[in-house]
Amino acid sequence: MPENIPSKAGTLRPSSGLIQKIIRRQSAEEAEEKKVSLSKQALYQLMALLVAFSVIFPILWVVSLALDPRDLSRPPDFRLIPPGASLDAFKRVLDKPTANPVTFTELAINQFKLAGSVALFSVLVGVLAAYSFSRFDFKGRKALMLSVVMVLMLPSIATIAPLYVLLNRINVNFGDFEFNLRNSIWGVAVAMSSGQLPFAIWNLKGYLDTIPRELEEAARIDGASPNQLFTKIILPLVTPALAVTAFLGFNAGWTEFALSWQFLTDPKDFTLAMSLWNMTGQFSGDTPWSAFAAMALMVAAPVAMVYLLLQKYIVSGLTIGSVK
Amino acid sequence: MATFSNSISPSSAQPKSFSNWWRRTSYTRAAYLYLIPAFIVMGLITFYPMGYQVWMSFTDYGIKNLKFDAAPPNNVGINNYLDILPDKITVGDNKIDIPGTGKLSAKIQNFNFARILGFNLIWTITNVPFHVVLGVLVAVLLNTKGMWFKRFYRAIYILPIVLPWLVVATVWKNMFDQNNGAINMALATLGGVVNIPAEVFRIRWFENIYPPVKWLLPGIPLPLSYYAMLLTNIWMGWPFMCIVATGALQSIPRDLYEAASIDGATPSQQFMAITVPLLKPAMIPAAMVGTIITFNLFSCIFFMSAGGPLRQTEILVTTAYDLVRAQRLYGMAAAFCVIIFFVLLTLTLITNRFTKATERYDA
Repeated sequence: MPENIPSKAGTLRPSSGLIQKIIRRQSAEEAEEKKVSLSKQALYQLMALLVAFSVIFPILWVVSLALDPRDLSRPPDFRLIPPGASLDAFKRVLDKPTANPVTFTELAINQFKLAGSVALFSVLVGVLAAYSFSRFDFKGRKALMLSVVMVLMLPSIATIAPLYVLLNRINVNFGDFEFNLRNSIWGVAVAMSSGQLPFAIWNLKGYLDTIPRELEEAARIDGASPNQLFTKIILPLVTPALAVTAFLGFNAGWTEFALSWQFLTDPKDFTLAMSLWNMTGQFSGDTPWSAFAAMALMVAAPVAMVYLLLQKYIVSGLTIGSVK
Repeated sequence: MATFSNSISPSSAQPKSFSNWWRRTSYTRAAYLYLIPAFIVMGLITFYPMGYQVWMSFTDYGIKNLKFDAAPPNNVGINNYLDILPDKITVGDNKIDIPGTGKLSAKIQNFNFARILGFNLIWTITNVPFHVVLGVLVAVLLNTKGMWFKRFYRAIYILPIVLPWLVVATVWKNMFDQNNGAINMALATLGGVVNIPAEVFRIRWFENIYPPVKWLLPGIPLPLSYYAMLLTNIWMGWPFMCIVATGALQSIPRDLYEAASIDGATPSQQFMAITVPLLKPAMIPAAMVGTIITFNLFSCIFFMSAGGPLRQTEILVTTAYDLVRAQRLYGMAAAFCVIIFFVLLTLTLITNRFTKATERYDA
């Protein structure tokens, strides 16, 4: 198969006829690359630009609103590029995003507590179960895996009624100290984990299934116990998947809305997602749109950046899972 | 594990072999040990609430039963289910009697289970094809040999995927605002070029109750808010399909196209005879996942139209949320969620059948 020899080999023996063949092939390919006529190229570019514009349009709109220096409550005319730029809207939102006396930082800390705890917990517990499902064959394996997948099928809202009612029962009362699990960010975290843990198990199992078993088999012949296999071989290999799954859990927690909106009543416990909705929903008559836009950007930015960095792994992981 | 069970021949099973047995089963024990934490947690916060939900669905659980020392709710049998389901369904001119009583529609304005389910299905069926077709077309465009700036376009097209639904839905809702929204103002600017007065474009996207296309599905009216959300969800949905399609396209060998063009096939013939069949095995599972996601797309509906106007764009999950949040009918909501479970189960089984069918096609 002379055609398959990489062209690098040719540089060692420049006189061989093979090289000329390769060069000819390459130039033929280059010619093919250039074969697209200018009019066709223009058509392609036009179509691609149109699609790109439709994608960018809402993003430009919200960035323009957030940066607009004119301090308008509502934009009077249509602009995608603001006349100048100012960060006043961001400053205002950082100070006091909604009518409640809560700063952006406090809201972000609440949201971070929720997202972080859900991500950490679901991955820590989930990876153990995923290891078991992926590597062992035991009685009831199929039935248990099926029960996990069944839960995955349900949206989190489909169990909101019993979770609300049950968590509301967990009440601690010591004189002045009163704690209701339902009415706290931790209650929301518990309710969220109810759906996130099965997702983490399923997602991590998908990754674990793609790791070849030869390494473990070799170690097993050498007498390694299941625990050693897990800590010495599986965990180091699966770290990227852990990071991705934790991020997906964090992402879900960072924009969690339905549960917190139903569970939480004290403005001190409110989250970013709830406040963003407060700034846009039926109560937002006096919220300037520049403040809303700044808030939307600040909510989206952290997760969007990490998503962009991890995008390759996330998409391939999700499609692995979906194809199986 | 097969090797272990094979090694247990009857002759080797001696009473002293407890330690043998202990060693032999160490892998099975480890398997269960690793599962225990997850299943204790899931038992407490997933399976128990689900079972509790089924029990709740047979009671009249309400605000009066919320306090931890309150009296238990009354058992109402299957009344919740009967009240949710309508007593009649109209298909064309025929009225079909079904066992429900439809009492909930008397209690809650504009509640109609058959219409909600119907709208939910139509919402799903009309969204996913747009995602798949647009995704494939853009992927094919970006896969064209010799096109410039491919990387630049790919970097831009990924953006909707990385943005959270909450932000996307609230921003689009803002853009569809009647007086100051980007959509109406952009339409007015465009209309100004051909001398259409700006007042024409004061479109009330989310309040207008009259379906713009009246002959389309008269039984299940599709108001303007449906079209606004359709547009938003298309914007959000196609890039994922584009990524899946790009991956599949790059695995199609170029020789196939070369051979086809030597045989005189036109580009469109090549597309239909090579690209489409070879994309199917990748696109159908992705479309199925997209179907389930779109069917339960709470964020889009709740943040944009909130089911309005007049509950015309309500889907199952937003209705369940409304029953808990606004109506506070916890028992009724539980029954509703049990119904959702069975609807989703049916949908999943159907989509799985599709996926499996393509797997066999692929092999």
